[in-house]
Amino acid sequence: MNSVLITIAILAILGCALAVILYFVSQKFKVYEDPRIAEVEALLPGANCGGCGFPGCHSLAEAMTKADDLSNIGCPGSSDAVKCQIAKILGKEVTASSPKIAVVRCNGTCAVRPKTLTYDGASSCAIAASHFSGDTGCSYGCLGFGDCVNVCKFDAIHVNKETGLVEVVEEKCVGCGACAKACPKGIIEIRNKGPKGRRLFVSCVNKDKGATAMKACKSACIGCGKCAKECSFEAITIENNVAYIDYNKCKLCRKCSAVCPTHAIHEVNFPPRPATSVAEKSDASSAKSVAESQKSE
Amino acid sequence: MLKTFKIGGIHPEENKISAASSIEVMPIPSEVKIPLAQHIGKPAQPIVAVGDVVKVGQLIAKADGFVSANVHSSVSGKVTKIEDFIDGNGYKKSAIVIAVEGDEWDDSINRTSDIVNDIKLSPSDIISKIGEMGLVGMGGATFPTHVKLSVPPGKKCEFLIINGVECEPYLTSDHRLMLEHGEEVMIGIKILMTALSVDKAIIGIENNKPDAIKHLTELSSKYAGITVQPLKLKYPQGGEKQLIDACTGRQIPSGKLPIDVGAVVQNVGTAYAVYEAIQKNKPLIERIVCVTGKPLQKPSNLLVRVGTSVKEAINYAGGIPEDCGKVIGGGPMMGRAFTHLDVPVTKGTSGILVMNKKESQRPEVANCIRCAKCVGVCPMGLEPYLISKLSGKSMWDEAQEHRIMDCIECGSCNFTCPSNRPLLDYIRLGKNKVGAILRAKAAEAKCAADAKK
Amino acid sequence: MDKLTIAPSPHVHGHDSVKRNMYGVLIALAPALAASLWFFGLSALWVILTSVLSCVVFEYLIQKFLFKTTPTISDGSAAVTGLILSFNLPSNLPLWIVIIGALFAIGVCKMTFGGLGQNIVNPAIAGRVFLLVSFPAQMTSWPIPQAADGATGATPLGLLKAGQLDALPSSNDLLMGAVGGSLGEVSAIALLIGFVIMLSMRVITWHIPVSVIATMAIFASFFYYGIGDVQYASPLFHILTGGALLGAIFMATDYVTSPMTHEGMLIYGCGIGLLTMLIRMFGSYPEGMSFAILIMNIVTPLINKYTQPKRFGAK
Repeated sequence: MNSVLITIAILAILGCALAVILYFVSQKFKVYEDPRIAEVEALLPGANCGGCGFPGCHSLAEAMTKADDLSNIGCPGSSDAVKCQIAKILGKEVTASSPKIAVVRCNGTCAVRPKTLTYDGASSCAIAASHFSGDTGCSYGCLGFGDCVNVCKFDAIHVNKETGLVEVVEEKCVGCGACAKACPKGIIEIRNKGPKGRRLFVSCVNKDKGATAMKACKSACIGCGKCAKECSFEAITIENNVAYIDYNKCKLCRKCSAVCPTHAIHEVNFPPRPATSVAEKSDASSAKSVAESQKSE
Repeated sequence: MLKTFKIGGIHPEENKISAASSIEVMPIPSEVKIPLAQHIGKPAQPIVAVGDVVKVGQLIAKADGFVSANVHSSVSGKVTKIEDFIDGNGYKKSAIVIAVEGDEWDDSINRTSDIVNDIKLSPSDIISKIGEMGLVGMGGATFPTHVKLSVPPGKKCEFLIINGVECEPYLTSDHRLMLEHGEEVMIGIKILMTALSVDKAIIGIENNKPDAIKHLTELSSKYAGITVQPLKLKYPQGGEKQLIDACTGRQIPSGKLPIDVGAVVQNVGTAYAVYEAIQKNKPLIERIVCVTGKPLQKPSNLLVRVGTSVKEAINYAGGIPEDCGKVIGGGPMMGRAFTHLDVPVTKGTSGILVMNKKESQRPEVANCIRCAKCVGVCPMGLEPYLISKLSGKSMWDEAQEHRIMDCIECGSCNFTCPSNRPLLDYIRLGKNKVGAILRAKAAEAKCAADAKK
Repeated sequence: MDKLTIAPSPHVHGHDSVKRNMYGVLIALAPALAASLWFFGLSALWVILTSVLSCVVFEYLIQKFLFKTTPTISDGSAAVTGLILSFNLPSNLPLWIVIIGALFAIGVCKMTFGGLGQNIVNPAIAGRVFLLVSFPAQMTSWPIPQAADGATGATPLGLLKAGQLDALPSSNDLLMGAVGGSLGEVSAIALLIGFVIMLSMRVITWHIPVSVIATMAIFASFFYYGIGDVQYASPLFHILTGGALLGAIFMATDYVTSPMTHEGMLIYGCGIGLLTMLIRMFGSYPEGMSFAILIMNIVTPLINKYTQPKRFGAK
């Protein structure tokens, strides 16, 4: 009995003594941190994707708290509402920015871009690309091994087994740009999400001459220039046999996609075209109405 | 006594099926495609225009800078195109296309088979002439030979080591060369010794070529300073670092060059090309290519003009087999698989290996069982399982710490892995990335140093 | 000719495979298997069959229904675990205990960490130690070989621990295996034949077994000859008893849980030898091989960190 009491007493004394020591040590070495940093961090996605240019969400929160204004700094993955909240916490102004999304500029599905080779190495785009141009006739297109999928912290990009291409999940993508950096072929672009998520882009980066590109892939951009001619806003440029739509100039009139002979221009989230689609007048007016609807939003 | 290198190594099946077929001269094709970049370094600049008529041996593209090599026409005829073509990797490269008309050689070239013994030129003249003739390392690395022979100031060359190892399975072109042109190789080595001002040359040959060892040993008695060193069969003995270790017992420290331990290594093929260039005035326009493989009807060693298409070479060796799965430029351990067969033979094409469908399939990948066999076979004393994993996880700093840049990409780890893991694929990726990071850092440091000035 | 195949070099493989190595171990275990059947009869067969089958079945079920991957039981690794586990058990062990051991080995020690190549300790040994601490009575009643009535007795090391020096079996009996003990540990000669098979098939290198045995021999010699205390028994006795050979040859050499460099393997082997002898001589258990291997398994990552192969060109 006695020994039990002694044991309890010793342990109790030891516990108390250590607690006191711990208390003083923690007081002595306390690090002050701006409490707002934790608040801001709580609002960030917490994925540590690096899209902001900082090593992680905590570093961004720190930097934002220190920054004088938030115009050049912020999380590309946060919605405007969250940005406003953060600005409120920090007592700073926030400029509304247009949300971004990743788009995959290749539409060479297995059906239109037949395989010409069998690749039998490690399943990685970077390795395949450093070794050869690709297992199809097109040396620019998507390799489909999913390096972008591996780097995505938001589970927002997946390989579609049927088409052999990667697809971005609209709701999950925050436009952090990790996939664009990981793609050895440079076919992923971060573009404006567009009003109501509507956007147009050329889904091809093949720089080969028309005939060569067409031979490798039936839906390649052949650089014919029809879209550029059709565009009334000078949003489309042709360089190295590839068309590019400047999303800042594009008014989403969809004239370009209607004339593209290879259907390389993709339209996302548009309502279906009326049956009489390329009817002249309605097109011009719809362009106007789209432009107006954009303003009103 | 047989020597070999000290660390690691493997014993792949030899498969030297073309060892007994003597060198055949392949007929001149109707068209050649001569790439401007057949060497490590900057591509050569074309000095002919479309429509020009050229002779065999005529200079058609000039070296651009120090680390670059001249390119000569391998045929006579008319230049039809100077344009991009799709090379063996599927990427675009530029080439000069010549339609063949007859076989008219440049007058300065001595085409007789007489052996010319006297070396008349001074060391510096030899080196500049080797540069003029567009010589590159014939073992496959294609480093311009004149650059390799220019010993940097402050360094001293003690040995010339001649690589007659041919440790890659299947390949036999060096073997045939040593047997059929031993005399010329010896004179070539003498010329190289003069150029480097060394009095010792060691020819390393693996003991799976006893006839070549015997032949060259007999010949070497006539040439002072040249010895033949028989080597124990082990891959990758033909690696520069391993060969120096095997022949002299000296190991090149990490990040250093052979000259830092007093050695210069040249291939026997290069020695032969040197002989032809210096004594016969013949630029590097043809080479011995070993066209081989189990499904091939007639595995052969062919003397092929540079620019001949791979397809024609295979056709000459019995045609492309029905169940052809993979065609490799070089040997099976370090060669590159071709994406298509309409690619030209270049100065560095030591072999064309055709594999059937079954051979060309990699076995299925399983989990790493940490058996440490890759560690045991790595000839550089690295930990392949570790650096490949680090590279797969994009941990470049750690990969560099574990000496990823020392890897010589010999493929021993992949070869031996019981789980068939693509170790070298990831290590190579890591080497590219770490190399880029190191170069960026060096450039930054240089910028900072310049700014200080 | 249709599509060409393309892959980075090398384009040939040495035809070594996980299967070849695992079946190599199984073949090397065959002599010991035969010896255990000879000495313990049919009851040994039931223990072995139960252990191997339940290991394979558990691995199959876990891979199929928990991991939802294609089961890889044909690689033989589960069978090796099962066989080695059964070799560590007494032949009269109730079969339900064997099944629990197999479940712990495969389910907890192997699959929890991700399956083949991922486990941090040797599953068979962990299974055995789990049974030893859970069912100490059943796990330490050793049948006497070829005794008709199923009589049980102590192992040679148990006798040593109890101080019954007179009852110790002769070296000859130890070598052949006519002593009490677990299934696979009794016949030293069968285990040594297995060692030679594995070496000649290049399944393992000599480093670990030799360093374990050498350390044990040196340690025992020090006490037996150096101090001259017969209470500690001769080095030969220690090497031939208590699964020292089974552990050194088949369990310590498990690829997954042993170090990656030759230098590391030597350190690891010495560690096992030393710990085994410390437990045998000064611990409360008569036998320490399993614990020693388990402890060194856990130290392996540390050994890997501090031992690196000799780099090319390093002084």
